[in-house]
Amino acid sequence: MGANRCAIVGIGQTHHKAKRQDVSIAGLVREAAARALADAELTWKDIDAVVIGKAPDMFEGVMMPELYLADALGAVGKPMLRVHTAGSVGGSTAIAAAHLVMGGVHQRVLTVAFEKQSESDAMWALSPKIPFQPQLTAGAGGYFAPLVRAYIRRSGAPDDVGLQVAVKDRLHALKNPYAHLRIKGIDRAMVADSPMLWDPIRYLETCPSSDGACAMVMTSEAIAAAAPRPPAWVHGLSTRSEPVVFAGRDQVNPQAGRDCARDVYTQAGISDPRRDLACAELYVPFSWFEPMWLENLGFAAPGEGWKLTASGATALGGALPINPSGGVLSSNPIGASGMLRFAEAAMQVRDQAGEHQVDGARRALGHAYGGGSQFFAMWIVGRDRP
Amino acid sequence: MSAPPDERPPVTVLQAPVRLDYTVTAGHHLSTYLRALADRKIVGGRCPECHKVYLPARGACPTCGVPADAPVEVADQGTVTTFCVIRIPFDAAPFPPPYVAVAILLDGADMPIFHLVRGIEPDAARMGMRVRAVWVPDDQLGPTLASIRWFEATGEPDAPFEAIASHL
Ligand SMILES: [Zn+2]
Repeated sequence: MGANRCAIVGIGQTHHKAKRQDVSIAGLVREAAARALADAELTWKDIDAVVIGKAPDMFEGVMMPELYLADALGAVGKPMLRVHTAGSVGGSTAIAAAHLVMGGVHQRVLTVAFEKQSESDAMWALSPKIPFQPQLTAGAGGYFAPLVRAYIRRSGAPDDVGLQVAVKDRLHALKNPYAHLRIKGIDRAMVADSPMLWDPIRYLETCPSSDGACAMVMTSEAIAAAAPRPPAWVHGLSTRSEPVVFAGRDQVNPQAGRDCARDVYTQAGISDPRRDLACAELYVPFSWFEPMWLENLGFAAPGEGWKLTASGATALGGALPINPSGGVLSSNPIGASGMLRFAEAAMQVRDQAGEHQVDGARRALGHAYGGGSQFFAMWIVGRDRP
Repeated sequence: MSAPPDERPPVTVLQAPVRLDYTVTAGHHLSTYLRALADRKIVGGRCPECHKVYLPARGACPTCGVPADAPVEVADQGTVTTFCVIRIPFDAAPFPPPYVAVAILLDGADMPIFHLVRGIEPDAARMGMRVRAVWVPDDQLGPTLASIRWFEATGEPDAPFEAIASHL
């Protein structure tokens, strides 16, 4: 890549829950950061710079929260950078942190992302009154449901593929002690019988509202040599974006996502992602986005993603496990959701994922998207030094 | 004398209203579009390079980067490209659920606008359905898309999927 190597030597996350009333936002981010530092066996004073991300400030109503969080993150007197890219922010925050290492600017960077949805109202924040318009917006589901409908029509997928993803990711979550939704006895009938919210999206086909945070410590190769546990290495990383509206835009299979995937595969020397990657953590907030992203990311040909899901290949034990952690469908601290995808990919190649470990995972993809399916962030991490 | 012990649970969350007042400067292209709506007209702009018609006109075509502002009046009827039946209640909802939110490709335009369809059972909404604007009475017309109260079915046969396939 023509840059310095970057190693992920510490990973931490909170137990994601509907309400973490025992901690403030500062307590929440510190909990994840402290766990990442403990994993890396480093201390606050070892860190050169902090990179932080979260979803729009309107959610919790705290403007520029990074300023007040500097104390909790040991960042006073150190460089601190805030990243904003809507729902993809956890991914692009990790990438901004990795760039500081790869560019040789810093040796040890702490990156953190969070959301405290219990102190927020995302449905309100995502349904703004837009000037000169009647009230048309109805939260994230109101925006994405028409795209899901378009995908189903275009691909000819049977109606139950969404149910299958909803069940699979919640079964995965039962193996992840940090997951928010741990639904005993989850099955297809339970999802099918749940209320239709944004037709064709049912309640149990959507992500929960979670409080949570995720953090990683990234270092240069020289520092990683002294790391107590094997690091995950960055093999490729990329971001892309596109306008939310333009004539002829493919919103189901956005060009920015395809371009971002191609870039990250090229960097990592991957010609066939389905063969070359052990697993992937994809940003799937509504169940149908699994087959949609499988196509966008080149795991399946256009119109064929649902067949890969329906075959069972994307479940743990299958040929290409998607979201072994339970994914966004099981835990959704919005700003942290993208970083959790990146961190879970790194946990897989470090053999650190416990019960949801994919045996022998050597390389994994972390993916995040945001806005109107318009901001993308991805990385590929590997067990071996690139 | 000491106060009696306070046995109430600790305060952990405080709900406080947030508001932001601001002035929107619509600018030339948006103003042209909004003024036309007050006149029961829908006016967009054509890009001289890709020939796509944008609603409203754009200072820069997102694809070509040149002004997409040669004025074009488009029809107040069109085709539903895709839609969502909103069944979740929320404070800002314009109607009690369920109601149908749609993307509509107006005849003569190259990108869909978002609006509502009324006057049909939610389960009867379809991709490809032909709809027309229901305007508010003259004395309520103004420079806003709310001059169109909602859309209703025209009763024409549905457009074929090919007509909307490249607008999804
Ligand atoms: Zn153009």
